[in-house]
Amino acid sequence: MAGESVTLIGFWGSPFVLRVKWALELKGIQYQYVEEDLSNKSAMLLQYNPVYKKVPVLVHEGKPLAESLVILEYIDETWKQNPLLPQDPYEKAKARFWSGFVDEKNTCYRVLFVPLVTHSTFLILRVMATFSKGGEEQQKAAQEARENLKTLEGGIEGKRYFGGEKIGFADIAIGWLGYWVQIVEEIVGINLIDKELMAKLDAWFNDFLEHPVIRESMPPRDKLLNHNTAFHKVLTSSST
Amino acid sequence: MAKNDLKLLGGWFSPFALRVQVALNLKGLDYEVVEQTLSPKSELLLKSNPVHKKIPVLLHADHKPICESLIIVEYIDEVWTNAPSILPQKPYDRANARFWLSYIDDKLLTSTKSILMAEDDEAKKPHLEQIEEVLEKMEEVFNKYSEGKAFFGGDTIGLIDIGFGSFMSWIRVTEDIIGIKVLDEARNPSLAQWAQSFAAHPSVKGLLPETPKLTEFAKLLILQWTASAR
Repeated sequence: MAGESVTLIGFWGSPFVLRVKWALELKGIQYQYVEEDLSNKSAMLLQYNPVYKKVPVLVHEGKPLAESLVILEYIDETWKQNPLLPQDPYEKAKARFWSGFVDEKNTCYRVLFVPLVTHSTFLILRVMATFSKGGEEQQKAAQEARENLKTLEGGIEGKRYFGGEKIGFADIAIGWLGYWVQIVEEIVGINLIDKELMAKLDAWFNDFLEHPVIRESMPPRDKLLNHNTAFHKVLTSSST
Repeated sequence: MAKNDLKLLGGWFSPFALRVQVALNLKGLDYEVVEQTLSPKSELLLKSNPVHKKIPVLLHADHKPICESLIIVEYIDEVWTNAPSILPQKPYDRANARFWLSYIDDKLLTSTKSILMAEDDEAKKPHLEQIEEVLEKMEEVFNKYSEGKAFFGGDTIGLIDIGFGSFMSWIRVTEDIIGIKVLDEARNPSLAQWAQSFAAHPSVKGLLPETPKLTEFAKLLILQWTASAR
């Protein structure tokens, strides 16, 4: 579809932006990338995502889209080459389920009936809790995060990727976590991905992160480590 | 098992389960509801949704269980392609529908729970503002998408109607408990009208829990929340 204008507004350190980048790259879609300074948000960002004022935002022929998983579905429906989601409705549901398991927005689907948000069964919240808390709370959060990672491993079902032989929707939605968890582990000094007990998960993360398209877009490790170390200081100093 | 063998693990109190029921009704499907309790959780529920242990869960013929209300609704729309469609046809419209549902689940649900747990007016204030902001936004969205018709989906109910509309009873209950009206004809005329249309829709009629019953249920739930929040 030559001549179509596709712009991705992003931030180098955001895994949610990375999801969208990977989808565009895997489908060979030409796009313009605009780096956003999150401490000084542009008028363009505020205009295109007035509800959340966050990245990623995809602009396709002047029409803006926000929320990374919503954007992924749009990309898959608009550009049919190299499909990300499977055709079968049940397999689709499964891919969406695992993607949701690792998505922050899912915190609230269950807020009504879950006593405490930190008891959420969603993986990303438990990793965040490990990252932002201290002492006993942190140990507990780490244990729960490990349980969730083990659960996530079950979703791979012995295949090479969540998507089967090729990288698919769920791989893109989840894969960034392998890289980020390593960084969290280094900053807080707690092991989350147990290479023995979660051998399959570890193998999948490594395989995914080694894929040329994936690897090419990854932010440099040192840069990400420094960025998140600073973030960690902010989080832990602000919690009384 | 017959191709259309359908069981829904649901609960009369659950807006999430309601979403699925409305979708199934809209498609004219026969199904059985297996009513669940919050506690204790049945063996069937724990087996069907081991990851989250929550309703709704859809059991369809020989397939493994499908979980998460919006995932189930999209699944229903994809398997039973007979009219009406639940999601819009065009990718951009579909993206918008999904976006607004994500927004509702993110902003409205948290602030509703928070306001129900708030101890005094001061504590309620920020959550009240959030709820009012969401409703004001959805009033705008409705006016834009409905194009003068009865629903977000136009002539028929669509994804936003189902996702947002299923939450109406809980909004009424919240109003009762906090003693403040948030969705009223003065501030959100379109939404107030739409809420009535939604409740009267053949796929929804009779399924919305009655406010007094749900209020009693909510009060018990709030006690549980407060207890576990230490």
